[in-house]
Amino acid sequence: MPNILVVEDSPTMRQLIGFAVKRIPDSKVIEATDGVDALKKLSSQKIDIILADINMPIMDGLKLVSLVKNNPSYKDIPVIMITTEGAEEDKRRALAIGANAYLTKPIQTQELMKLVSSFL
Amino acid sequence: MEKEAILSKKAEEFLQIFKKGEEFTKDLIKENERLRFRIAQLEEAIERTGNEEKIKLYEDQIKMLNQEINSLTERYKKVEEENKDFAAKYVEVETENNNLANLYVASYQLHSTLDINEVLRIVMEIIINLIGAERFAIYLMDEKTNELLPVSVEGLNTQEMPKVKLGEGIIGKVAKDGESYFDSNTDLISEKADISRPIVCIPLKIKEHVIGVIAIFSLFVQKKTFTNIDYELFNLLAGHAATAIFSSKLYTQSERKLTTIQSFLDLLKEKPKR
Repeated sequence: MPNILVVEDSPTMRQLIGFAVKRIPDSKVIEATDGVDALKKLSSQKIDIILADINMPIMDGLKLVSLVKNNPSYKDIPVIMITTEGAEEDKRRALAIGANAYLTKPIQTQELMKLVSSFL
Repeated sequence: MEKEAILSKKAEEFLQIFKKGEEFTKDLIKENERLRFRIAQLEEAIERTGNEEKIKLYEDQIKMLNQEINSLTERYKKVEEENKDFAAKYVEVETENNNLANLYVASYQLHSTLDINEVLRIVMEIIINLIGAERFAIYLMDEKTNELLPVSVEGLNTQEMPKVKLGEGIIGKVAKDGESYFDSNTDLISEKADISRPIVCIPLKIKEHVIGVIAIFSLFVQKKTFTNIDYELFNLLAGHAATAIFSSKLYTQSERKLTTIQSFLDLLKEKPKR
């Protein structure tokens, strides 16, 4: 059963992403509202993939990716960034830090599901 | 002499008979050979006839199998076509399903609170995350002055956003007529950010009463054009955002009034000091 951690400050997006990825067989969606909340969830349960926004209060998505990829316990967890930042520069930066994939909003549900499935 | 002649005659007769016997034997041998040849011919003919029948049988079977192959090929083609149709329909249903999920989530979120600020935040989230707008403003109608006031602004300086009079410019006209406005030149939408010329303007309506307007000035770079779901979302926002904003405003007002009345009642209950 894959545990999918959705890190989003927007309840609308959390619900929408949750709706999409719940359709992956046997998956369980765990929600976090920012980077700090995500790290708490990571320490308390096994996470198979992280879907994270970039612009979030308290701790943004880039900082979260950096911490996850520099932690030996979490570094192998795939991270997909889901953001409104569509510039190539933003994408390059996120991938350089260690993000495994980069999706821009508004998201295409099929594309998201396909991408998440490819990492599970 | 006479005896010799008789013997000679008998010998002659015997020779004649022997010759006839020889000829008869020769004829018999010849006939025998002919018959054997004939038998061989007949045997060969019989064998050949058997092979021909087998060949005919095989040919019939091949013909039947060919027909079956053709029929199967035809059926395979039909099934393949049907499969393509089903795949296309599946994609269509999947897209529709995802669109409905978007609309459901947007609608669910809009009616999840009675706090006006929260409702406005949700409307903004929908416009940013589901539509992909970078710069936009939500205007609400001031019934006393008949002006549209910018209450939520994204990507622009709030101080620079002017009030809009009813019927003035694109925004004022949309508020007056209650009809949505879409800029037909959608190719350059992500480069525009002129606050006097929104690319999309949606009236927030409760039945025919316009309570405000959503004006979008530019989209994110990755958002090249509008899709069907965007128009569905615009329609949803026009109705549901309007009722959500209106209800939350009424709720806030009634809460305020209730507090005032409660304070007044408390005041009346207090015993007058002498």
